[in-house]
Amino acid sequence: MSRTHVRCRINGDDAEFLCDAGDALLDALRDEMGLMGAKEGCGTGDCGACSILMDGRLQCSCLVFAPEAEGSSIVTVEGIADGDRLHPLQQCFLEGAALQCGVCTPGFLVAAKALLDRNPDPTETEVRYALAGNLCRCTGYDKIVRSVLAAAAVMQQGKEEAAR
Amino acid sequence: MRYAAPTSVAEAVALLGTEPNSRVFAGATDLVPQLRAGRPEPGVAIDLKKIPRLTSVAIDDGTWRIGAAAPTSDLTANEALTADVPGLVYASGLIGSDQIQNRASLGGNLCNASPAADAVPPLLVNTAQAVVAGPDGERTVPVADIPTGPGRTSLRPGEFVVEFLIDRPPPGTADAYLRLIPRTEMDIAIVGAAARITLDADGSCVAAAIALGAVAPTVITVPAASGGLIGQPIDARALAAVAAAASAAASPIDDKRGTVTYRRQVAGVLAKRAVAEAAGRARNGDGP
Ligand SMILES: Cc1cc2nc3c(=O)[nH]c(=O)nc-3n(C[C@H](O)[C@H](O)[C@H](O)COP(=O)(O)OP(=O)(O)OC[C@H]3O[C@@H](n4cnc5c(N)ncnc54)[C@H](O)[C@@H]3O)c2cc1C
Ligand code: FES
Ligand code: FES
Repeated sequence: MSRTHVRCRINGDDAEFLCDAGDALLDALRDEMGLMGAKEGCGTGDCGACSILMDGRLQCSCLVFAPEAEGSSIVTVEGIADGDRLHPLQQCFLEGAALQCGVCTPGFLVAAKALLDRNPDPTETEVRYALAGNLCRCTGYDKIVRSVLAAAAVMQQGKEEAAR
Repeated sequence: MRYAAPTSVAEAVALLGTEPNSRVFAGATDLVPQLRAGRPEPGVAIDLKKIPRLTSVAIDDGTWRIGAAAPTSDLTANEALTADVPGLVYASGLIGSDQIQNRASLGGNLCNASPAADAVPPLLVNTAQAVVAGPDGERTVPVADIPTGPGRTSLRPGEFVVEFLIDRPPPGTADAYLRLIPRTEMDIAIVGAAARITLDADGSCVAAAIALGAVAPTVITVPAASGGLIGQPIDARALAAVAAAASAAASPIDDKRGTVTYRRQVAGVLAKRAVAEAAGRARNGDGP
């Protein structure tokens, strides 16, 4: 059967790929687009390792059929840094040792970005709820939560300095 | 498998009619895990999210119209809907993580027909109607008539749910939903209980409905528990009677989340707490 041709935007650039209708968007991103950031932990929506933003909304790319991406705008973990400058979340994860094996990290970063985009100054409880869809089997959640709070503080400070 | 994204109800009906082995979906948060577990793929997967009516949430002449494919995050973000049916919106917000809520729909929650589906008990206590489209046009049916057993619905071949209709509740009315799960997030209900209560100016109950999830093959309403409240104040005696009637109406199964005895007990406790919470909201004017 012929494959489906999908056109969309990925991390700010026009992109196109071929897929089978039943493919997960996660597999198209990894296998067709070579974007290996999003990971498959479970394939069933439980672990969040495959998290991406689609039209600004946080989603599990393992639950999205690849053809659904037609015309959409996608952000993966590869798109959150500013060129060579890491996103404050990435910098704070590094400094806060919020990863060990790193398999869960792209998903946590994208989910945390989705949170800070809509709530730049979250409480610890809000961070924990916002990350409830992301599982980590090695680091534990404390360092991750602290690093997200640290990144929020850095970003708030950046905004205040820019306003001065 | 083929993928199709119709942009009108008529187009979706036509597709379902011409492709015998087709299946509609919204968030696919139930569908994909089922395919992963080995369920046969549909011939055509029909994505309902591109049909504007299926994703809109609006109040129209005193009736809420909630698109069957609208993601639950659109419900929790809707302040007017939350003010009118706080229990339904709270239940919708319990479905999975933020990732899941950006996809999960009420249509999927209902038509997947899990007895533990969190949004269904509050739909029942609000006597929600479902607009169903199919080869013979559209019909409106009580939501309560749609699930017939685990994974089974009364929808006929070629039919799907377009939207849910909920009349704006009258003054002095409020709903509530409570569930017990083994942890604080991301799990399936051991028991879920919804209540809707209308109080008159003296605090006496003039209308009541109670529904229970995860204690029978489908979500059930419990008229035996709500009927006794009419004409009474919602006090300790009334709540004890609700708990006893709800426990008696529950016919749960044993599984890893709980035993029959435990579920029956919890059904009573949650039913009475849901009634108390709904009555508290109705009293404080926290409903509409
Ligand atoms: C990680 C995770 C956590 C979850 N947590 C919860 C939870 O806490 N509580 C809970 O209740 N559920 C939970 N679920 C299950 C699921 O997310 C919900 O049932 C959700 O509401 C399903 O909606 P959907 O749009 O994704 O359904 P889909 O998967 O798109 O569809 C489900 C079924 O309904 C049919 N269908 C869909 N829309 C229609 C329609 N309009 N008309 C007719 N048939 C239709 C489909 O053909 C399919 O058979 C969870 C799932 C995951 C993956
Ligand atoms: S791989 Fe998508 S949620 Fe686990
Ligand atoms: S760092 Fe290994 S799973 Fe989180």
